Amino acid sequence: MTVSNPPVASGGLVLPRYRPATGVHPPLDYPPYKSSALRHPQQPLIPLPQRLTEITGPLFGAERVGEHDADLTTGHEGEPIGERIIVSGRVLDSDGRPVPDALIEVWQANAAGRYHHVVDAHPAPLDPNFTGGGRCVTDSLGRYRFVTIKPGPYPWGNHYNAWRPAHVHFSLFGRAFTQRLVTQMFFPGDPLFPLDPIFNSIPDEAARQRLISAFDIENTVPDWAMAYRWDIVLRGRSATVFETEEGQ
Amino acid sequence: MTGGITPSQTVGPYLALGLPWSDGPFAVAPDTPGAVRISGQVLDGEGAPLPDAVVETWQADPDGRFDHPDDPRGAAKPGVTGFRGFSRSPTDGDGRYEIVTLRPGPLPTPDGETEAPHLDVSVFARGMLDRVVTRIYFPDEPAANAADPVLASIRDPLRRATLIANAGPDGGLRFDIRLQGERETVFFDV
Repeated sequence: MTVSNPPVASGGLVLPRYRPATGVHPPLDYPPYKSSALRHPQQPLIPLPQRLTEITGPLFGAERVGEHDADLTTGHEGEPIGERIIVSGRVLDSDGRPVPDALIEVWQANAAGRYHHVVDAHPAPLDPNFTGGGRCVTDSLGRYRFVTIKPGPYPWGNHYNAWRPAHVHFSLFGRAFTQRLVTQMFFPGDPLFPLDPIFNSIPDEAARQRLISAFDIENTVPDWAMAYRWDIVLRGRSATVFETEEGQ
Repeated sequence: MTGGITPSQTVGPYLALGLPWSDGPFAVAPDTPGAVRISGQVLDGEGAPLPDAVVETWQADPDGRFDHPDDPRGAAKPGVTGFRGFSRSPTDGDGRYEIVTLRPGPLPTPDGETEAPHLDVSVFARGMLDRVVTRIYFPDEPAANAADPVLASIRDPLRRATLIANAGPDGGLRFDIRLQGERETVFFDV
């Protein structure tokens, strides 16, 4: 194989550094969430220095978003059943910089708490007018917005009488491999919060609260749909000058 | 300071509603000269396959460049049309994923070392509250792998070997991802 652009010689390669997310994310080994038992590494994670592959990443944007993708209530023959809502917010990094032109993918249950998926055996109705998958892209200020149906809570098999609080799954790329995030957005005031092992897997109370959206009267559209606001914060970065052999 | 970073949550069992793309597995079109197929199984601590995982990869182009503004050498359009450096494959009922890509070039590091050709990998699944990160290296790059600073940071040769793909019978590469237990894949904190 021919390498037409040989690696740059030592020195002079200045890479941004993404700040650590220490204590923010749930542990991979979390016994109250039973499915984690056989799916977590037992060996310690090895530190991976952030180099070129880690500080770059796929920059997907509007080209991956189709006409109906940001409105999960359209694209079918009729309107879905349930409470139409608007979900909007900003994608920022932890230094307060907006993350523009970034792809967001979402998926969720329908208003009855049933996923349009063969594995979901919850005896609640499917809605022929709701599939539950969507995409949108942030604008130049990092803002996103989509229209959907408020998902219902649903039972699951983790323990006796287990119910998941209503949530929307979110997937974000940011601008670097280090920023990749998949998470869930919840709705304010859900009585299931204290009982949900997935929500409570997040060790820090303040971090947990950051997954709960806020009712948003400003973006609520009169006579049409209530709105919820949820900002997403990815790891921030700073340019770090690595030591160079030549000096500056 | 973590500056209010949003915590991770599991993709759950229904990721198929949101994450698969019809062109997801193809970092490059399969009929591209030099295209390499990488496949394998994602396995749990009892060796059972995960039918509800998704594997994503990210890598440099064959020249060791990225079409990305944060690469201090400058963003470079790939020399091969349609190459995008990223692939995503959900696992099937046998826990199997498969992607098609091009071999990346080696990469310079700020310390003047050279990273061997590699793919960064994220694995998401039901039962995993956060992604795990690993790397795929190529079996026919012994010299480059021996000089790679990331591989060198793993002292146990048996563990190090979990990051190197195996030649498959069909000319492709096989890379299994063992989440736990014997021959557990090396995972990274990035």
